[in-house]
Amino acid sequence: MSMNSQGRPTSPSAPSAPPAIETVSGSRGLQQREDLIFETGSTTKTGVDLPTPKGGMDRLGGVTRKKSVGLPGLSEPEAVRHYVRLSQQNYAIDLGLFPLGSCTMKHNPRLNEKVARMPGFADIHPLQPQSTVQGALELIDQLATWLKTLTGMPAVAMSPKAGAHGEFCGMMAIRGALMARGEIETRTRVLVPASAHGTNPATAVQCGFTVDEIKADARGRVDMEDLKSKLVDSSDIAGIMLTNPNTCGLFETDIREIADLIHEAGGYFYCDGANFNAIVGRVRPGDLGVDAMHINLHKTFSTPHGGGGPGAGPTVLSEALADFAPVPFVVEEDGVYHLVEQRSGEGSDAFGRLCAFHGQMGMFTRALTYMLSHGADGLKQAAEDAVLNANYLQSRLKKVMTPAFDGYCMHEALFSDAFTAEGIETLDIAKAMIDEGYHPMTMYFPLVVHGAMLIEPTETESKAELDRFCESLLSIAEKAKAGDESLKGAPYLAPKRRLDETQAARKPELRWSEPDKIAAE
Amino acid sequence: MTQFTQQTTFYTEDHEWVTVHGDLATVGITRYAAEQLGDVVFVETPEVGKTFKKGDEMAVVESVKAASDVYAPLSGEIIDTNSALADSPETVNEHPEGEGWFCVIKFSDGAETRNLMDKDAYFEFCKGQ
Repeated sequence: MSMNSQGRPTSPSAPSAPPAIETVSGSRGLQQREDLIFETGSTTKTGVDLPTPKGGMDRLGGVTRKKSVGLPGLSEPEAVRHYVRLSQQNYAIDLGLFPLGSCTMKHNPRLNEKVARMPGFADIHPLQPQSTVQGALELIDQLATWLKTLTGMPAVAMSPKAGAHGEFCGMMAIRGALMARGEIETRTRVLVPASAHGTNPATAVQCGFTVDEIKADARGRVDMEDLKSKLVDSSDIAGIMLTNPNTCGLFETDIREIADLIHEAGGYFYCDGANFNAIVGRVRPGDLGVDAMHINLHKTFSTPHGGGGPGAGPTVLSEALADFAPVPFVVEEDGVYHLVEQRSGEGSDAFGRLCAFHGQMGMFTRALTYMLSHGADGLKQAAEDAVLNANYLQSRLKKVMTPAFDGYCMHEALFSDAFTAEGIETLDIAKAMIDEGYHPMTMYFPLVVHGAMLIEPTETESKAELDRFCESLLSIAEKAKAGDESLKGAPYLAPKRRLDETQAARKPELRWSEPDKIAAE
Repeated sequence: MTQFTQQTTFYTEDHEWVTVHGDLATVGITRYAAEQLGDVVFVETPEVGKTFKKGDEMAVVESVKAASDVYAPLSGEIIDTNSALADSPETVNEHPEGEGWFCVIKFSDGAETRNLMDKDAYFEFCKGQ
């Protein structure tokens, strides 16, 4: 046995099977047990020690708080530990491959964070005189130029604060254009394919349109016959909302014909740009006949998102819709940047503004940093690598799992549950992935595929990481195929075992109550 | 106007069942639909007095997996809804083709039953899904 100069062994003794250990603390090794914050803190305690103010005047007009609101008090280290311990029970993009892909968040390059924290960008206020924030306005203008160039569109509204907000912006611009044509009363129908994002029909309804669903064909794309049948009487067509690549991870191959048909019918073409990350640098939506498209900066340009940061959904607009964009927007005159807050001319009163200021500055800084650090060629390669990685996963996983559609996919690979034995469901596979140390993939969506499993690895994963993921998932898929009942109990190794989602939805408990009160009930 | 002197059950491609008797039709979702949805956690039934055209979105059923629209299988006016489903949506899983009914429609055109399926046709239809 190796030992140091004091005679302490420096190599472990022969390994043996670990006994089932119950710990007194409730922690499992380095995974700390953590109670709810109401159980950790005490309502009679406070983390700050401030003197009671003397001689102060009550300016609250008699509405001063008379008793404690019952919030737990913790010292700073207690509060820090609480959240760090909880974070140990979580999964993060910084821990491993995230098969939800860019829908939630892809890797956030640290350079983005560094630039966003530069005081000239981080410590400014939207109400500062414009002469003191010329750099920030120039940054917005530069980002707008990149977005217009990459999409081949003449205009962009920068203020939408998320993808769905961008959809709202685009559809309101379409409303504005229809109002200007005097057709807002008659053109009320918006076509939405079954393979579109779920927010699309919601946006159409929110903007006062009615939704008419187009079927998906056997290839997972828009059923052209169904589309044509919906355009026989096209006098009430306002437009179409199409996601491309669609939620099946497939490029809509008939997109040019779809655009022509919609334009011939007198409608506008809204494209959901959530999956632009698969085609950026390769395809310009403007060349496909798109009239409006939002761009999720977190999906395509790596800004943080998914509980981690605010979204940003700049919306590019075609010539036909450019006049109906919201204010404000940045213009440059003789090297000086201005925010235009009022519009004049046609459509000037069609829209107004979407939010108080000009959009999500912190995200703009990060997105432009990503663009400039990658360059045009790097952005194109990121899209190509995202598609390559997804196809590598698809080709390895299809040895056991059933691809939902034939052929190559774009940035995400979609499988159905056809390969599983009777009684084993998509949910069981997803839960078993937690035991393998991965976050589950998107499941039961899109709805057009039975027991859907949608996997987006993104461009940042190495082949070694993709292989490790494939081997984990293939071992689970083999069990699912063989009808291994043990999957029904997964996860076994997670801090919390399988939750009762049914009861959580049917009888949700939304308030914490003291444990002894629960016991007494 | 088509009248149904005998109670007859039809099925739709959207997996609703509709039992007609006289000029009244009781509507729910099929056992196959309930199984596909998984545990139902919420049902929104239509208001009494509302009228729908065949094919209109009439009700919503939400499970742990998905939210789905339920379409009016026949045109007409809602004269009764199953208010018990609000508090016990599990009835839809337990007795989809009985106590888990959604609503009763006083239908306006019995001829609309012509393109609905009978039990055997629906069984074949599900096999193809």
